[in-house]
Amino acid sequence: MAIGSIPLRYQISIDRDRCMECGRCVENCPYGTFRREGDRIVIDSRNCTACHRCIAMCPRDAITLTEHPCDYRSHPIWTRDARESIYNQARTGKIILAGMGSTQSLPPIFDQILLDACQVTNPSIDPLREPMELRTYIGKKPSRLTLRRREDGDVDLETELSPNLKLDTPIMIGHMSYGAISLNAQLALAKGAQASGTFLGTGEGGMHPAIFPYQDNMIVQVASGRFGVDVDYLNRGAAIEIKIGQGAKPGIGGHLPGEKVCADVSCTRMIPLGSDAISPAPHHDIYSIEDLAQLVRSLKEATEWKKPVFVKIAAVHNVAAIAAGIARSSADAVVVDGFRGGTGAAPKIFRDNVGIPIEAAVSAVDQKLRAQGVRNEISVIASGGLRNAADVTKAIALGADAVYIGTAALVAMGCRVCGNCYRNLCPWGIATQRPDLVSRLNPDLEGEHVANLIHAWTMEVSELMGAAGINAIESLRGNRDRLRGYMLDEGMLKVLDVKPAGA
Amino acid sequence: MNVVVRIDAAELHYTPLNRMVRAAVRDGEKEIVIDNVLGQRFIADGLVGEVVITVNGVPGGDLGMFMRGPMLVVHGNADHAPGNTMDGGTIVIHGSAGDAAAHSMRGGKVFVRDDVGYRGGIHMKEYEEKHPCLVVGGTARSYLGEYMAGGIVLLLRLGETGPFVERGIASGIHGGEVYVRGEVDPGCLAVGAKVLPFEEAHRERIRPLIEEFCRYFGNDPAPLIVADYTRIGPASARPFAGKYTWE
Repeated sequence: MAIGSIPLRYQISIDRDRCMECGRCVENCPYGTFRREGDRIVIDSRNCTACHRCIAMCPRDAITLTEHPCDYRSHPIWTRDARESIYNQARTGKIILAGMGSTQSLPPIFDQILLDACQVTNPSIDPLREPMELRTYIGKKPSRLTLRRREDGDVDLETELSPNLKLDTPIMIGHMSYGAISLNAQLALAKGAQASGTFLGTGEGGMHPAIFPYQDNMIVQVASGRFGVDVDYLNRGAAIEIKIGQGAKPGIGGHLPGEKVCADVSCTRMIPLGSDAISPAPHHDIYSIEDLAQLVRSLKEATEWKKPVFVKIAAVHNVAAIAAGIARSSADAVVVDGFRGGTGAAPKIFRDNVGIPIEAAVSAVDQKLRAQGVRNEISVIASGGLRNAADVTKAIALGADAVYIGTAALVAMGCRVCGNCYRNLCPWGIATQRPDLVSRLNPDLEGEHVANLIHAWTMEVSELMGAAGINAIESLRGNRDRLRGYMLDEGMLKVLDVKPAGA
Repeated sequence: MNVVVRIDAAELHYTPLNRMVRAAVRDGEKEIVIDNVLGQRFIADGLVGEVVITVNGVPGGDLGMFMRGPMLVVHGNADHAPGNTMDGGTIVIHGSAGDAAAHSMRGGKVFVRDDVGYRGGIHMKEYEEKHPCLVVGGTARSYLGEYMAGGIVLLLRLGETGPFVERGIASGIHGGEVYVRGEVDPGCLAVGAKVLPFEEAHRERIRPLIEEFCRYFGNDPAPLIVADYTRIGPASARPFAGKYTWE
């Protein structure tokens, strides 16, 4: 079998009438798509990743990109992707890794759920004039309160409350480690989260000293590799998250290749320079729900029961039963990461085929926890492919307390979702450790962009709530009556516990 | 003479027990004895300081987890994962330990007089001056040194004469070393593990560990120092290199 080169994925062309040969495209493209030959800029489209850096930086709008300029014979089964994966594996004999979330064209269930609004019989609320309560508390809520009346008639609360995180918005930023993303990118996210009164995750990469000023807004992660974990790290975080799984690659571990372990990454992860950082699939001390409870309690004990502990799992078939187990483990929140969740790198076969959508998972988890009377024991955080304020609102109405965004926050900083995060060449300074590329990202400016995004979505959530006559996020949570399914089958409507449109 | 703080752990839950230990350490106490320990987990979990804690009885799992600095001396057996993700300090166990002893340990030393269970020393890792060591006087079960990324596991096999036969030794190891006194059945070496030459430099490397072990448990170090050891390390520091291609 002779395998030739595959057709171009992207074709770059320069409008020579508009181009002034300033060379910004040459400087900005780390993939080598442009080079100068004499007084002419020459293009090698084969190197293009559709990152759009050249297009964004061209002062004359002279650059155009065409995706798939050369067609294959169209075929409903043997798609371009199916064929090209085979060419790749026939050549290499290896597992294919890919960056960013699933590229499967499965329809998001969010797009088939519609929100309600008030008309005539119940008044809508104008968030401009009326107070809207979006404050969200993450953590255990007591199942009952014991009060004691004092001699002077005042009332004391006798129930001991568990530590909760206080959020000004139900939108949090998920875990993206230093290593997977640059320090400037993590700093920008931290600044954005702090300005928005919310939290973000460290990922399994430890915490760089530059992040310390934002530690009160950080959730520190403990994953199977235990990288960067010591008692100081645990004490720095506002909360601790045990990562069991990730939506983009349920059931498998992580692997930061030695090439990406530079001096600073080595320092925060606490591993030797250039060594592979291998996070195994399971935690070696967790083989059951009882073992999970042991790890949760060990973390609480180490931090004197002052911090909420989250458990993050990938949305898989039995997610509801697993979450019910987690609710009994002393954990304070369960993060459910749907199969469309992003990643720096994941085996494509996992990313595109393993796990279930967040919409179904979060609804199933919420229902199971309520049915078992333990919903108050644990907060539910939904994540994995949330693209806008409507997704956030729908996720909360399906039973989430709050959401994690990941890719959306990166897009706010310039990411074009080109999916080449694993190459360490991100031209936007996000998924790279190369100093010249990292310096392209201004943490102050991008921090503002992240804060703007969270602010805008938060306003939209409150507008959507107001239109539905709801003035507190508590009244939206799990309020499936405000949702209707459109073109969803009966089975899915049942899983979501949502009525069809018109009913 | 030093004042020794004594804590009676009978019928005491681990949280109040640890609270008492922390309070004592905060008060500057240097020696604490905990009596009647019966299955309390997480003893000295996350504890930072210079203190010697004697544990009389059988502690539960995750003894000394995340600990940095203290010395724990256990007069009894320990349950699973003593020294889990430990950062520094010493654990001396006058007895045996359960599975996953020294799991993900990042610094300090764990000495076990008798045996350890399955997966001892799993995913231990080193960084700069942090160099964790697990020394076991007796024997170990399968998957010793699994996923190891750094540090030393030393298995002395006191009283044992034949080859060490336990499956899956150093499965997935990509850093650090496992030393086993005597021969190791070659069929027991797992994927990614390799027998490496044992030379004088290596004997010198484990000598202080042998001496420290013998100090705690009253053994004669001389025959252990001159004994033959099988040294096992990673076949590659990049076990997963070559498994993946990019999209």
